[in-house]
This record gives sequence, C-alpha cells and structure tokens, in this order.
Amino acid sequence: MIPDPGLPWVLLAVLAPLAGAVLAFVLSLAAAQIAAIVGIVTTVSVVGALRQTIEQGATAYVIGGWSPPLGIALVNDGIAAMMLGMTATVFVAAGLAASRYVQGERGVLFWVLFLGLWASLNAHFLSGDLFNLYVTLELVGLSAVALTGFTLKPAALRAALNYLYVSLGGSLLYLMGVALLYRAYGALDIATLASMFEPDLPSFTALGLMTLGLLLKSALFPLHFWLPAAHANAAAPVSALLSAVVVKAAFYLILRLWLEFAPPPGAYACLGVLGGGAVIWGSIGALRAPRLKLLIAYSTVAQLGYLFLAFPLLNEGAVALEAILLFALTHAVAKAAMFIAAGDIATAVGHDRLGQLKDPGRPLAPAKFAFAIAGVSIIGLPPTGGFVAKWLMLTGSIDAGNWLIAAVLIVGSLLAGAYVFRAVARFFVSRPAIAAIGTPVLVGGRGWEALGLATASLLLGFSSGLVEMVLRAAEPLGGSR
Amino acid sequence: MQTERKDPGGKAGGQVFLGLMLGLAALALVALLGAAVFMSEPEIGGLAGDVMANIETTGLANPVTAVLLDFRGYDTFLELVVMFVAVLGVWSLGRPLPPIVPAPTPVLGLAVRLIAPISVVFAGYLLWIGATEAGGAFQAGAVLAGAGVLAFCAGMMPDFEIRQPLLHRVLLALGMTAFLAIGVMVMAAEPGQAARTFLDYPDALGKWLILAIETAAMIAIALTLLALFQGARPQRRTF
Amino acid sequence: MFAVAGVALFGIGCMGLLRSGTDLRRILALNVMGVGVFNVLIATAYDPAGASDPVPHALVITGIVVAVSATAFALVLARAAGRDEDAD
Repeated sequence: MIPDPGLPWVLLAVLAPLAGAVLAFVLSLAAAQIAAIVGIVTTVSVVGALRQTIEQGATAYVIGGWSPPLGIALVNDGIAAMMLGMTATVFVAAGLAASRYVQGERGVLFWVLFLGLWASLNAHFLSGDLFNLYVTLELVGLSAVALTGFTLKPAALRAALNYLYVSLGGSLLYLMGVALLYRAYGALDIATLASMFEPDLPSFTALGLMTLGLLLKSALFPLHFWLPAAHANAAAPVSALLSAVVVKAAFYLILRLWLEFAPPPGAYACLGVLGGGAVIWGSIGALRAPRLKLLIAYSTVAQLGYLFLAFPLLNEGAVALEAILLFALTHAVAKAAMFIAAGDIATAVGHDRLGQLKDPGRPLAPAKFAFAIAGVSIIGLPPTGGFVAKWLMLTGSIDAGNWLIAAVLIVGSLLAGAYVFRAVARFFVSRPAIAAIGTPVLVGGRGWEALGLATASLLLGFSSGLVEMVLRAAEPLGGSR
Repeated sequence: MQTERKDPGGKAGGQVFLGLMLGLAALALVALLGAAVFMSEPEIGGLAGDVMANIETTGLANPVTAVLLDFRGYDTFLELVVMFVAVLGVWSLGRPLPPIVPAPTPVLGLAVRLIAPISVVFAGYLLWIGATEAGGAFQAGAVLAGAGVLAFCAGMMPDFEIRQPLLHRVLLALGMTAFLAIGVMVMAAEPGQAARTFLDYPDALGKWLILAIETAAMIAIALTLLALFQGARPQRRTF
Repeated sequence: MFAVAGVALFGIGCMGLLRSGTDLRRILALNVMGVGVFNVLIATAYDPAGASDPVPHALVITGIVVAVSATAFALVLARAAGRDEDAD
C-alpha cells in the first residue's frame, strides 16, 4: 500500500486551475488576472507536491475515501512529480508570453482553455487509474485542439481538425486496450493490474493497442504526420505548450505502462528503431523547413525520437530512465523557449520565412540569445541539460554494446547543429532588418520569458543530480528493476 | 461539399503508400484483437463484488449510480469538465454559422407545447428514480436537452446566452462547480473526526449531497448539449 | 457475441478513419469505433449467473458523454475549417 501524502497538494494542483477556469468563465472579466493568481497557487502546490515526493517518497491520495481498485487515487511518484514541475514551468512562461497576444472577449476563452489544459495535464500525470486516464487524455486533447485552432486562421483550423482526428482515434485505441484489460482482470487501477498481469496474448494485445494509440498522440515517427502543421500554425505560446508538454502526456503514459507491465524485449527494440527513424526524419524535415516555426516543430519530431531511442536501454539499468526523464525536462524548457522566442521575433520582423528572415535588432536581443542557448541544448552541447541527457544515453548504449543507438545519437546531434545554425545564422549574421531599426517594439515581447526558459535548460545541465535524487527518493511504482 | 486536403503534389504517391500500409496494419490489428477476445476468458464479475459489498454505505440502491457518483465520482467530475471544454472549444471557433435547422411549422410548435412539459416532468422522474433503478443525471439531462432542441428548432427557445448571459454561464458550469464545491466542503473535518478526502461524502448526508450534485449536473448537461447543438456562441451585439 | 460485434465495429471504424474521405465520414468512423469499444465493455459486464457488473455500465455512460462532446466539437471545427477552405 502506498502511503497517504498528508497535505493534499496534488489535489490542489488539479482543482486550483479548474476553479480558476470556472471563475474566469462565469465572471467573463479579469480573466488574465485570475489566471495569474491561479497560476501562482498552482505553482506553489506543484512545489509542495515535489517536496512531498523528495521527503516522503511515492504517495497516493485516495479520492472519495474508496481505495483502489474500487475507487481512484492520485499517485505522486518521482516521475509524476517531475512532470508536474515541467508543466508548471512551461505554463508560467507561456502564460506570461500569451498575455501579450490575447485580449478582449476572446481573451477570456483563451485563459479558460489555458487553465483547463493545465488542470487536465496535472490530472493526467497524477492519475493511477486506466479509465480515468482515458478521460484525462480526452480532456488534454480537446483543450489542446481548441487552443491550436484559436487563431482561426484557415491553416490552423485544418491542422487543429487533423490533430483532433488523431487525438480521438488514439484515445479510442487506448480505450479498447483498457476494455480488454478489464475483461481479463476485472480492474482498472494500474498498481492492482500490475500485480496480476500475465504475459499472455490478450494482455499484450491490450498493451499493444494502448501503446499504438498513445504513439499516435505522442507523434512517434511514422505517426508524426499531424504534428508539424499543428505545432507550426498555432500561436507561439500555444505551440510552446503543445511541443513542450502536451505530447509528453501521451509519452509519459507509455513510459508508465511499460515500466509497470514490462512487454517483451523485442517491443523495446522496435520502439528504439522508430525513435531512431524519428531522429533522422525529423532532423531532415527541420533542415528543409521553409519557416522558422515549422523548423522548430520538425525539431520536436526529432527530439521525441530520442525519448524512444533510449527505450531498449531501459532493461539495461536505471541510468536510462534518468536519461529519458532529464531529456524530457530539458526538451520541454528548451523547446518552449524556442517557440516563444520565435514568436517574438516573427512579431517584430513581421513574418517567419527563413529565407527572408533578418536580424530583429537590439530590442530583441533576449529572444536571440534565448533561441541560441535553447538551440545549444537541443543540439546537446555542454553545459546544457541536453548534453548531460545525451551523454547518459551514449554511455548507456556503449555499456550495453548497442552501437546503433550511439551512432544515431551522434548523427542526430550533427543534424541538429545544422538546423539550429540555419536559424541562428539569420539572427546574428545577416544585416538587421530595415523595418526593425527605429521601430519601437510595441505589440511583441522582447523574449525575456524565452530567455528564462533557456536559462532553465542550462541550469538542468548543472542540476541533473536532482532528477536522480527525485527518482531515488520516490521509487517509481514500476521501478522494481 | 467538403474540400479535399491540400497536399503538395509530390507527396500524393507517398500518401497512398502510407495509407495502404496503415490499412494493412489496421487489418492485422483487428485480427489480433479478435483472437485476443476469443482467447481470453472474461473475468466474471469484475468489480461487482466490491461494489455490492460497499453499496450500503452510499445510501443508493442503483449500483450504476453508486459507481458514477460515489466510487468513481472523480471520473464523472472530469467528464463534466470534458463537456465544459467542448463548449469552450465550440465557442472559441467564433462567428456563428448559418444554422442548419428546418423552418418552424405549426405542427412543430404544437409538438413542443405538448412535449416540453412532459419532458420536464419525465426528467425529474428519471433524476429521482436514478437512486434506485435505471436513470440518473445524464439520462434526465439528455431528455431535457431533447426538448430544448425541439423548442429551438421551433423558434420557441428563449436564448439564455443573449438574455441572461451571466446566469447562462453559471448554469453551464453548474455541474462541475457543484462537484468541486461539495467535494471540497466534505473535506472539512467534523469535530472529533479525521479529515476526509475530496468527494468523500459523510454517510448520513451522502444520498442528499449526491442528489444535489445530480440535479446540478442535469441542468448543466441539458444546457451544454443545447449549446453544442447550436454550434456557436450566440452573439450579443454586432461589432 | 457482443464482444465480437464490438471488435468488428471497431475494425470498420478504423478502416473508415484511415480511408481518406470527407470530414463527416471521418467523424462518423470515429463514432463507429467508439460504439465498438462500448460494445466490448458491455459484453464484459454480462454475467450468465445473473447480476451484471455495474462498473462497465458506468464507464460506458461516461464514455458516451465524452464521445458526444468530442463529436459536437469535431463537427463545428470541421464546418469552420471547411468554410474557410471554400472561401480561399
């Protein structure tokens, strides 16, 4: 039995944004202020939940007084706590950046959806029940799609619709797996199921269906077809949320299911190969992208590949899990920094076509540096978190004698260097855009939020021990290996 | 008619190939799924034993309602949030489109006058009976929404969002708000007792708190379904 | 029997979704898939001995509400996307 957490910080992390969303919706005024206050409360509760994990280890908050398998519990282990922290960091920065983009009556709807997505993600990362996770998946999907199409541009609406198809189809594949598992075991609680799980055909079919649905949602090559359009056409702060956090929701659930239910080794190898394909394919896409935001979106396809590339190493030792999580956290802050910086630069310059992109000038210096630092982290150069994560993967793959993974890691980094340079060169080497000289920057931001996030990706390089510490303090439920 | 997705010309061949591969993969998947269903011996009973052993405490006689509102009340709470988000999504899509509703006819008007009062009574009955037999907030909300849709088509539905926007928004969010408020309120410790968790109803009050939540949920569900049917946020003023 | 029918519907829905077609067809295909899953769940609840398991029934009710909400949003989004593409 997992102990009770005491103070219900995890509950507050779910309920606070929801309460804020309802309040902002009903009042229909001061939505940005409500979002700011609720953002602070939610962040505080996430910090509280993180501290709880470090001090007490994994905890389970039983809702309604009915312990699983009859009831539902919010499970806060090391992995969930880090995901909550990642979500809060990105939401705070994206929220600050978004406050420049949205106003008026539509602004109210934006903030309500923003808070709804945050609550959904927190609920998702904390849920310990397979059917409840289906509901949270749908919640995350619907609010993310609504935010994707929020600009109402035709391309954004079409991308949002395709994203919705993928999201709903993926959820149903997942739900069919859940139905099969309930049929076989008569339970929905993950911990209960894990104790009964038999490695037979029906069980693995169910796990396979769930994984397939979630891979679709986490856009692993070759199921990534919907991602570049959706992430490139949304407003920049929304793109940051989608690329940094939302795709990780499905990824997180795959990781969690695989740690608990341990599919055969061949399956890990299979995901590793697809991950490798994603690294190469996504990087090539980024090299060929005509627009800055499309380049960043393709980079997400490649970076998600690394998360799966290291899956075969999960059976080789605990360091692989640490590497995967550090990579996920660093990618979140770096990618959000890139999107927000790109948004600010595109607003200042007036477009984001790479061919004609010019130096946005001095006022945008924070955005330029944020993009460059985040780029260094995406490439995986020291001293960033991206470097440490890739280094852990590299040593892990060499220790395991898996040279293919090592080769993909190195080739992927070279390709990332090329595509990041493609963008950065435009800001630093080209002559300043005429329009930017003498034009006061009014609407757009200067990129301070992006710079904050980029600094976080640097700091993660120095504090990678934190990931190890949280993981060790709160042995994840499936961390029996 | 709907337009096809616009693909850059060169990609068409690749898309066909990809579609073919995906189709084959789907066939294989369904075959595997069929085999899995045939091979597995369903675990008879599932959680039924647990439900029946604890149903006394809930004060409800209908096990489905007990699961929906008590044992897995958190699911139902989040499900009302899903409905809320769906309305937000629909409203965020902006300009209302020309509605696809038939022109009102006298017969329709007569039907609405007959059906609407019956629906309200029937919804109330479904809500009340849900504690013991088949029925509950969703069924009742759906019945009300059905009557609302008919009235809307007949042009007889007063538009809440235009006349009483604040009240309309309160009612739309009422289901999840009731869950949230009651769920948090029960956490306050009674004197001499340990604090309860979210949605852990005290035994004595449980049945009545659940009825309150169900009533709120019914209203919210009915109005949400109607708002989703309308397909856009009614515009108050023209800008 | 219900379970097999559910699997069949799920498969038909999958194929319908993968075949490129109009937006309406895709949304319908998703709903067919959903009905397939609900069928499998209901089949799970059936107990020849008499009393049926209430949990799958509750899950299906929740699932239907989620499906209805998602479908409504999808239809409106499809109209909005289609409208703008026609206007182009």
